[in-house]
Amino acid sequence: MLNNFEPVGPLEGRWKKHLFDLALVAPQNRHKYNIIVVGTGLAGASLCATLGEANYNVHSFCFQDSPRRAHSIAAQGGINAAKNYQNDGDSVWRLFYDTIKGGDFRARESNVYRLAELSSNIIDQVVAQGVPFAREYSGYLANRSFGGTQVSRTFYAKGQTGQQLLLGAYSAMSRQIENGFVTHHSRSEILDIIVINDRARGVIVRDLITGEINSYIADCVVLCTGGYVNAYYLSTNAKGCNASAVWRAFKQGAFFANPSFTQIHPTCIPPTLETQSKLTLMSESLRNDGRIWTPKNIQDCEKDPNQIEEKDRDYFLERMYPSFANLVPRDVASRAVKHVCDEGHGIGSKINGKRLGVYLDFSDVIKKSGVKEVEEKYGNLFTMYKRITNEDPYVTPMKIYPAPHYSMGGLWVDYNLMTTINGLFAGGEANFSDHGANRLGASALMQGLADGYFILPHTIANYLARNSFDEVDENHPEVKKALTRTKDRIFKLMNAPEAEYSPEYFHQKLGKILWDACGMSRNKTRLESAICEIKSLQEEFWHKIKITGTDEDLNQTLERAGRVVDFIELGALMCKDALNREESCGSHARTEYLSESGEAKRDDKNFSFVAAWEYLQNKEPVLHEENLHFQFLKPTVRDYK
Amino acid sequence: MIFKLHIWRQKNSQTKGGFVTYEIDNISEDTSFLEMLDQLNEELITKGEDAIVFDHDCREGICGSCSLVVNGHPHGKKMRTTCQLYMREYTNQRELWIEPWRANTFTIIKDLITDRSSFDKIIQAGGYVSMHSGCAPDANSILVEKKDAEEAFDSANCIGCGACASVCPNASATLFVAAKVSHLASLPQSNIGTKDRSKKMLERMESLGFGSCSNHRHCESVCPKNISIKNITKLNKIIGFG
Repeated sequence: MLNNFEPVGPLEGRWKKHLFDLALVAPQNRHKYNIIVVGTGLAGASLCATLGEANYNVHSFCFQDSPRRAHSIAAQGGINAAKNYQNDGDSVWRLFYDTIKGGDFRARESNVYRLAELSSNIIDQVVAQGVPFAREYSGYLANRSFGGTQVSRTFYAKGQTGQQLLLGAYSAMSRQIENGFVTHHSRSEILDIIVINDRARGVIVRDLITGEINSYIADCVVLCTGGYVNAYYLSTNAKGCNASAVWRAFKQGAFFANPSFTQIHPTCIPPTLETQSKLTLMSESLRNDGRIWTPKNIQDCEKDPNQIEEKDRDYFLERMYPSFANLVPRDVASRAVKHVCDEGHGIGSKINGKRLGVYLDFSDVIKKSGVKEVEEKYGNLFTMYKRITNEDPYVTPMKIYPAPHYSMGGLWVDYNLMTTINGLFAGGEANFSDHGANRLGASALMQGLADGYFILPHTIANYLARNSFDEVDENHPEVKKALTRTKDRIFKLMNAPEAEYSPEYFHQKLGKILWDACGMSRNKTRLESAICEIKSLQEEFWHKIKITGTDEDLNQTLERAGRVVDFIELGALMCKDALNREESCGSHARTEYLSESGEAKRDDKNFSFVAAWEYLQNKEPVLHEENLHFQFLKPTVRDYK
Repeated sequence: MIFKLHIWRQKNSQTKGGFVTYEIDNISEDTSFLEMLDQLNEELITKGEDAIVFDHDCREGICGSCSLVVNGHPHGKKMRTTCQLYMREYTNQRELWIEPWRANTFTIIKDLITDRSSFDKIIQAGGYVSMHSGCAPDANSILVEKKDAEEAFDSANCIGCGACASVCPNASATLFVAAKVSHLASLPQSNIGTKDRSKKMLERMESLGFGSCSNHRHCESVCPKNISIKNITKLNKIIGFG
């Protein structure tokens, strides 16, 4: 019953053909349409800019104090594109192949091919905007390598590529604000989606300064609200990243796809304290030159790493995966790191009796190319590492351990990036579209910008052109219902019967359950008990959540509480999805379905589908399977050896 | 470690604020400055008091949200964002005064949070290339000298936190404007219209209530991203002051 509207015919012609088939809105009519865009990261900001340029009437929202602060800003390493500027055999087809394979054959061929096709346009677009990518001495654009590929196709601006791309999109959006086509609302949180006659027609917004709750009506709504790995409490996401808008959409009828597909990134700074509030990523680009190792002998784990002789070091990724070595995909690297630490070879300070860390060592490249060259490439990352850990990575190897970083799962969307609610679209990390069961490094920025600059503007126009829209105002019963729902919920949050614990208390508890049951290693028994634990945590939450202050002004405790309880509900769905998928694929590693060497064992016969979950009131969510058809690539065992 | 914290509390922009003193114990050297405030907030919630609000998000020094004045210095005078301060820096300073940004245009919304939307409005005046999505030529068709790209990056590194304006005796945002102008002027793709852009952005800055630059150079000394006042020199040359 799930129609993904995937075009047919030769893969190379599908998007072009589809573009031609999409209906257009004539320039003089565009200003009559109102479009709501939620979130101003790469997908949201680039979409606002492009819709504004086309003269649509856009309302954009973000919870931060400025659109420029969306978490895309923190992406470090780079953005992929099949430009083949290095003449190393790259092509659209190869980027397509790498992405499908990297995602362990759990993504749609048509969508991924389109992404690979558009990748080149993105680089052209952002360079023209003034994004200062790294250059060679000749003046040509420079590239570096990322995991899961054997070509150099990543464009970068030091370790701040996301920042530079977002500032580009933000500036383009700012131009449209100035021109009057985009009206932007900062410090505004979306608390519900208004659905009228099976169509998304608006949102309920809480003004985070005054606490006022208002409705905004439009002809369609686009969610570009990012991912949900903050459900794990400790993650590399910004503190504010949340799933509330997509969760409200789910509850209004949008299917949620592959919620268990979450990426645990191998190279993050390990936690040192119980009170730690977040984890910091160290870019994958570091694996270009850094070598990952642990001591061969367990008794060396406490030693100063510089005192451990070369012969006593186990460069385990190079040993296990000679052809990709330190540049294996993230899921493979994370599992290997976990494996060596579980075997007792971890380094760093003990937390709960275990040393969770391995070395990422730059001494070889420093010897070979000198401090200056290393500084030029990674200087800002090294500085950040030193500030946090008080250790100098030029002298002592970095300590790293995997941490939740990205969600491949998200709202189910068709080829037009529309959810199962008509007129509700999802872009960027908020949708499930392109990365299958594991995302390759430097592909998130590519997808966000492809969705925002090049795909959604066309598919949204098609939706507007092919439908007529009744007049709706704030007095419509569905609008009033949504307002009441939201206000009731806030009242319930503020007035728990036995208010005792802060949102942090519940969030940390949820994080521990999810990390343990639905993190890098999953199994049936643990997932089943986790679902029960999460359900009772949810009950405890509504009984005991304590929010001080009032809901009529700026109250960050209230904001957090609302997000945490959505994460609790979503956490249960993540576990349910992980339980249902009785195979291992990409990031989803069920211990029952791993090969002896710890590699994921897919079950294509039974699980070659997208798991799309439908919400039903007072009932368990129902699973819909969208079967994946591989017409152009043959699913094979993913081999990086 | 134990700290005595004097924290600015203010209900909203209409009411008067003041310092409230708190004591906090069990702070490790590896605790970040913001985690210390998290810990204090947990204690306040337990006591039934309204938690202290402060802007923060990425906690990696890149989003530009965090914005605290510590002992009189924006971001604590360590040339890094507040979120990148760790309590090991304060082992010899156990009494801390924590305030919001202080500049007329940055109205206090509540406690330690100010309204910095004026920075967005300055960018809206012209901090962009006026191009249409999808019309760009191949990215390698216009070459850029490596040093120009690096110079552009150094200016584009600005995170828009507002420390520069908050420390300036004139509450001027000239460093912020100059960073954007010289970023775009350094690259052949974006240097068209530089003079016009500079004028528009400076005019907007002044109309929003920021002062002008009179070379105190305090901005440069607190910038967490090392934005140099050379950017201002460049801006002055562009508009014909230099």
